[in-house]
Amino acid sequence: MDIISKFLEKNGLVFAFFTTGVVMFASFWVSSKWTNKKIPGAAIAILAGLVLAYIGGEVTHGEKGIADIKIFSGFAQMGGSMFRDFTIVATAMGASFVLMKQTGWLGIVSLLLGIALAFASGVAIALAAGYSDAKSLTTIGAGACTFIVGPVTGSAIGASSDVIALSIAAGVVKSVFVTIGTPAVARFIGLNNPHSAMIFGGLMGTTSGVAAGLAATDPKLVPYGALTATFYTGLGCLLCPSILYLLMDFIF
Amino acid sequence: MTIYGVALLAGCYLAGQILGELLGESMGIEANVGGVGFAMLLLIFLHDFSSKKAPLATETERGITFWSNMYIPVIVAMSATQNVRIALSSGWVALLAGIVPVLVCFAAIPVLAAFSKNKKAA
Repeated sequence: MDIISKFLEKNGLVFAFFTTGVVMFASFWVSSKWTNKKIPGAAIAILAGLVLAYIGGEVTHGEKGIADIKIFSGFAQMGGSMFRDFTIVATAMGASFVLMKQTGWLGIVSLLLGIALAFASGVAIALAAGYSDAKSLTTIGAGACTFIVGPVTGSAIGASSDVIALSIAAGVVKSVFVTIGTPAVARFIGLNNPHSAMIFGGLMGTTSGVAAGLAATDPKLVPYGALTATFYTGLGCLLCPSILYLLMDFIF
Repeated sequence: MTIYGVALLAGCYLAGQILGELLGESMGIEANVGGVGFAMLLLIFLHDFSSKKAPLATETERGITFWSNMYIPVIVAMSATQNVRIALSSGWVALLAGIVPVLVCFAAIPVLAAFSKNKKAA
């Protein structure tokens, strides 16, 4: 047993390729046999991934889901930001340059609106929860943008560590909820063309959520959503600790 | 050769990401600004450009499409490494602060889409 687990640990990335393949196969099988392909196989596979992550977290109390279990440590590499971004860039091969140029200005509008909406609703919830100082409100509002904007903002303006932890948690919840919610509501909000996918990416902004949510909805839309979403975290890190914090400081 | 495609993709990735890093640095923030976006635009541009002058060999294209097809499995692996336990167990403030903005933004998508389509028609 010890030999096998050491062996799998040593070949972590390859074992992750194998395991993910098995998960995908099972998910596509379930999709076609049990749901008549009504729920896409990719959506089931991503959901299965989240369940595995929960199990990993429960077993190890770590932060990296299944990757905290030693034999599955290769998942951290395979699902890390390098492979994620590398494969997202590769999906651009099927995208149309003309279309992106046409809707470029719309991307900027949706980015600014997305950050403003997320920040404002995050602040509203923090207010309802009894926070009343500008630093905590700003940090929680920033966490409602993404789980990177939250802690970057919090440490820049000197928020307390429990508020920063809360902002990270809010960002993680957002990313998971976008992943699960997008395929469910896509039909109702007209998310079925490159045009709305670019708006979607800019409004949501969480790269992992947008990437996974669109993959589960329609993989052809991924490059369009990813293109705008990739500017969101940077823009959020720019606006939250500066203009938006000053605004909060002025009001509260 | 397949590796030419992989190298082309890697070159676009690296150029885009470093541009994103430098842009973040120049704005004085600790984040990559648009690195993936720049890389994608570069790849689309080069692909467009070469398809007019000298189309990429099928083998070369395969080096890129392989990675594009690996996208969903990588996302599945990424999902499996999220901190789901924290997301589910961190109390209602974090849950609401994560869920409400998403609902608001879902509602804003059709509005923005309609607005931009009208503008295009006008």
